[in-house]
Amino acid sequence: MLILHPLLGLRDAQEFTYLGDASIIDRPDGLTEPEAFHDYLYLRDNPAGVHKELWFHEQGDRSWLVVTRNTVTHEILGAELARDYARGRGRSR
Amino acid sequence: MNQALRQTEGFVADLPQAALGPSQVQRVGAGLVDRSRTLSFTFDGRAYAGHPGDTLASALLANGVRLMGRSFKYHRPRSVIASSSEEPNALVELRSGARAEPNTRATVVELWDGLEARSQNRWPSLAFDALGVNDFVSPFLTAGFYYKTFMWPAAFWEKLYEPVIRRAAGLGRLSTEADPDAYDKGFLHCDLLVIGAGPSGLMAALTAGRAGARVILCDEDFLLGGRLNAETLAVGGQAGTDWARAAVAELAALPNVRMMPRTTVVGAFDHGVFAAVERVADHVAAPLAGKPRQILWRITARRSVLAAGAIERPIAFRDNDRPGVMLAGAVRAYLNRWGVAAGRRVALFVNNEDGLRTARDLDARGVDVVAVIDARPEGERLPGIRHLKGAVVTGTAGRLGLTGITVRDAQGREERVACDVLGVSGGWNPTVALTSHHSARPVWEEGIAAFVPSLDGPKGLGVAGAAAGALSTHGALATGAARAAEALEDLGFRVSSVDLPEAEDAPVRLRPLWHVSGTGRAWVDFQNDVTVKDIKLAHQENFRSVEHLKRYTTLGMATDQGKTSNVTALAVMAELTGKGIPETGTTMFRPPYTPVSMGVLAGRSRDEGFKPTRLTPSHKWAREQGAVFVEVGMWLRAQWFPRPGETTWRESVDREVLATRKGVGVCDVTTLGKIDVQGTDAGAFLDRVYANTFSTLPVGKVRYGLMLREDGHVMDDGTTARLGEHEYVMTTTTANAVAVFRHLEFCRQCLWPDLDVQLVSTTEAWAQVSVAGPNARRLLERVVDGDISDAAFPTMACGNVTVCGGLRARLFRISFSGELAYEIAVPARYGDALIRELMAQGKDLGATPYGTEALGVLRVEKGHVAGGELNGQSTALNMGLGRMVSRKKDSIGMVLSQREELVREDGLRLVGVRPVDPTAVLKGGSHFVALDKEAVAANDDGWLTSVVHSPHLGHQIALGYLRNGAARMGERLRVVNLLAKTEVEVEIVSPHFIDPEGERLRG
Amino acid sequence: MASHRLKPLSALGREFLAVESIGPVTVAEVMDVALASLAARRGQEAVVGAAAAQAGIPLPPPGRAEVGAVCGAFWVSPEMWFLEAPFATHEDVVAHLRPVFGEAASITEQTDAWARLNVTGPLGPLFERLCNLDLGRFEPGSATRTVIEHVGCYAIRRAPERMTVLGPRSMAGSLHHALTVAARSVA
Repeated sequence: MLILHPLLGLRDAQEFTYLGDASIIDRPDGLTEPEAFHDYLYLRDNPAGVHKELWFHEQGDRSWLVVTRNTVTHEILGAELARDYARGRGRSR
Repeated sequence: MNQALRQTEGFVADLPQAALGPSQVQRVGAGLVDRSRTLSFTFDGRAYAGHPGDTLASALLANGVRLMGRSFKYHRPRSVIASSSEEPNALVELRSGARAEPNTRATVVELWDGLEARSQNRWPSLAFDALGVNDFVSPFLTAGFYYKTFMWPAAFWEKLYEPVIRRAAGLGRLSTEADPDAYDKGFLHCDLLVIGAGPSGLMAALTAGRAGARVILCDEDFLLGGRLNAETLAVGGQAGTDWARAAVAELAALPNVRMMPRTTVVGAFDHGVFAAVERVADHVAAPLAGKPRQILWRITARRSVLAAGAIERPIAFRDNDRPGVMLAGAVRAYLNRWGVAAGRRVALFVNNEDGLRTARDLDARGVDVVAVIDARPEGERLPGIRHLKGAVVTGTAGRLGLTGITVRDAQGREERVACDVLGVSGGWNPTVALTSHHSARPVWEEGIAAFVPSLDGPKGLGVAGAAAGALSTHGALATGAARAAEALEDLGFRVSSVDLPEAEDAPVRLRPLWHVSGTGRAWVDFQNDVTVKDIKLAHQENFRSVEHLKRYTTLGMATDQGKTSNVTALAVMAELTGKGIPETGTTMFRPPYTPVSMGVLAGRSRDEGFKPTRLTPSHKWAREQGAVFVEVGMWLRAQWFPRPGETTWRESVDREVLATRKGVGVCDVTTLGKIDVQGTDAGAFLDRVYANTFSTLPVGKVRYGLMLREDGHVMDDGTTARLGEHEYVMTTTTANAVAVFRHLEFCRQCLWPDLDVQLVSTTEAWAQVSVAGPNARRLLERVVDGDISDAAFPTMACGNVTVCGGLRARLFRISFSGELAYEIAVPARYGDALIRELMAQGKDLGATPYGTEALGVLRVEKGHVAGGELNGQSTALNMGLGRMVSRKKDSIGMVLSQREELVREDGLRLVGVRPVDPTAVLKGGSHFVALDKEAVAANDDGWLTSVVHSPHLGHQIALGYLRNGAARMGERLRVVNLLAKTEVEVEIVSPHFIDPEGERLRG
Repeated sequence: MASHRLKPLSALGREFLAVESIGPVTVAEVMDVALASLAARRGQEAVVGAAAAQAGIPLPPPGRAEVGAVCGAFWVSPEMWFLEAPFATHEDVVAHLRPVFGEAASITEQTDAWARLNVTGPLGPLFERLCNLDLGRFEPGSATRTVIEHVGCYAIRRAPERMTVLGPRSMAGSLHHALTVAARSVA
């Protein structure tokens, strides 16, 4: 597979380490209830189809990317720096 | 006719070779072989001659050798039926000794001088095979035979059935010696990958090459040109072979085109990635020294054109597996390309126009075409040749080779026709395999009665020529040019219009005929001995889906993957179910397209190249000291340093431990991960990734840190030093260095993207050495330039220093052993010199190098956790470090670490363990069981995590996780290991076996 | 330069550097380049850019390497570069860079973290056996991280026939083995 890195162009998927569902960016910060963390940590979607997922360019520039991939066809519909995606989800400091 | 039969009997190969007269009796023309040079080779020990350009199959046929193998199940005599990689029958063993290679298809073995080949699956000889008896018991060996016969008793499988089946079945034998050859792998990139160099592939490559695109053209054959080399067809007013040669020459002159003969594209993967195997040195006896025999290429292509051609299919009829029954196109290929007449009296059995070409070409070369049996009642007859319309072949005769056939004409009259070869053409199946590697199913094309690629094949892959169902030469050229042009326009190239050379565009005129009904066995899959009857049986027993049919009958398995049989088989099944072929569908094509050797998949990843080795900065020095090394991940670390006279590892390790506790020990600890954490928010960041607090750590101090996973379990531990207001250096365990860095980057980029913190690994930049023991300071004072007295450099201090007269270094006063200890780091290039300096300066202080074993003993004696305790399941509380988890701040894993089950009062706790009998031997992994209870899971109270011999105490000690352990000091238990059948009575003690008050490390 | 008494050893464990020629390819270990990581702190990107420009330090865009008056540099990560300077004059490279960037950047010494191999000769046939780099599109001035036989490396193309490969120091032997075996294979 090839992943269109937003800074480096097409890169081979072998350079990346896969983590999974990008929803773990939405961490319930703070000293919150364990239930919120339970849901955050253990309840994930596993769709057959379009999925946003985290890939780490470990053998590359060490960027975490949010890759939009169709898990059925393996088509990659887009990739962005996870940093920017996280900011878009309201994460900051 | 009797006369004719007698004459042909004289030709078959079951007569001694000497009787055949001069060699290469069947060579009737030059073809494309180089007759100016002769190559000698042997088959089953007998010597033959051939020419450059021959395959083993063409050379054997040229020499009148037809019998090439025995079939898989019934051990029927078999000969070659095809001229290319689809060959199911002619599987031979090549070479000998370590290079012996079974199951190579004689049709793709390029002849070399001295080639050595043997037939397989026969004993004692090919002509007389004892297991030929299987053929007579064939009624018992039908589809599903294994499943039905060897069902029970189950115990018989391992001892009886399997060994017997393994001996009887299977084809060649593997050499049991190590492969002496090198294999390589590589990576290629192109704009357009063209798979197949027949007319469509050459046209596609020319179109793209002329437009300036980067082109890779692969073909499995050693001679490019594909079917043009096997035909007498004209292209652009010249012989097709000449056109192909000119096209190849033009492409060879283009710097942007890479031509790869002997290269099979075996798999299509996601996003334009292909696997191809190049056989660099399979056509010579042995590769040159240091050069690879084969190369596995990973080709990344922006676009691709599949021009893999088509494969002719046989028609099933009674005893159609007799040596001499061949594919009509192969008969033609042997004649035109290799100048070999497969027989002297050839009959043909066809259901389409293409098969008639064989008759014409043979006739033109003066080979006797005794009859053309044409299943189609309509159409014109060939002039000057006996052309039976509406007729079929119903059987064959001959023992080890064909002597005649039985023909049933349109009126139903049967007749015997003497012949030594029967060329069969049941039509052509486009080679769609690669288009299905992404799970697209091919679609049925009524006009040619064959499957053609579906449109939802791999993205960016166009299909041209016969592979797309365009079976004429014109169709091949036109679609090749068109697919290339489309791909290039997609990529933004300007493509000038291509002049298509003129070529035939003859219609196919096929009348589907899959099998001739009648009694007896009609073979569908030659390689796996699957007959029409077997398919009927599968149908009868309700294995009707094509996937079930395949598994039940073994149809389409093994080296040929059903290239000549799949479509016929499912057509027969469709007939039986009455469902029609499109609804019946095909089985799935998966990589690899043709067999791939394990060697080339491994590439250079063997021996020294299997995986990288990481060496510490002191490796060279340690080797000089005679160190014994241990693999820790990819690292090689000194395990212990044997001294003369020491005969067991324990002697060395005990000495190293005692010397460290008495004087001073020196150990390379560079392998620990070092991560530089800088930025104005570095402290805040560390507070979130560690369970304890780092923002309050003063500059110049070190603190032990505990890192949790979000689920509350311990991920890693280590010390982190604050070197400046905004500068920390974190250490990780050796094993987790990579995972921790990845995790920190996740936290930094995904969770808190606006914190001002920068991370970079500095593991390899610094050589770090532990100096431990009561004399540690005295030794370091001789090396470090400044004041490191206890007042200036107290416990847990750190800072930048210089050593040996000005070299920048970092000093950390931290202890894993419980002794007065430091770690000192210098730029890695000076690591070797530093350790030598320490040893030289420390001679009178008892400086002793110690390895990882002594390191382990020292830390267990002190009760420090490491690998055995950090097992991925443990919590801070388990380790007795529960109070380190700050509940006042949000950190990774804090919330879930407080889950009810994880904070149980009676949960597992780290304890020390000593055997009641000091001579007893403990086993790591043993489980705690109360003295009066049975050793069963219900009574399991925890386990031993680390066991060492403590030379200090003179007996074994251990660490372990014990249920409610903190409250059980002094209690006696058993530690039981049911695997090793050991049981030892132990006493539970504090994990701090040495200096529980910590006076030594403050020393 | 400090006058300490410790003798350096190369990443390959050599006291004297060796140059190997295999066919048309030459592989040489060098250790005369100091290396530092430079990362702009949050919000300080412009300050770092200006300071670098004033000091004659290039900060090339992703995928690129540039040579400056004193330092060369190649891009490694968003807002992070590796800077290269002559070892003889810049051994304590952090001490040289700190005054240029002050608190606007995070800087670490990386010199000895990497084994440095200079490869000269026809690069295409060699590197296509080693790593998944499209050399046809990796013209001089390109820099990237890549993997050679499981070893994560940086490849910097200095000239059509000159490539610098930086590999983790501890794996220098394995990297060198991979390069020389491949060089013999294509020689």
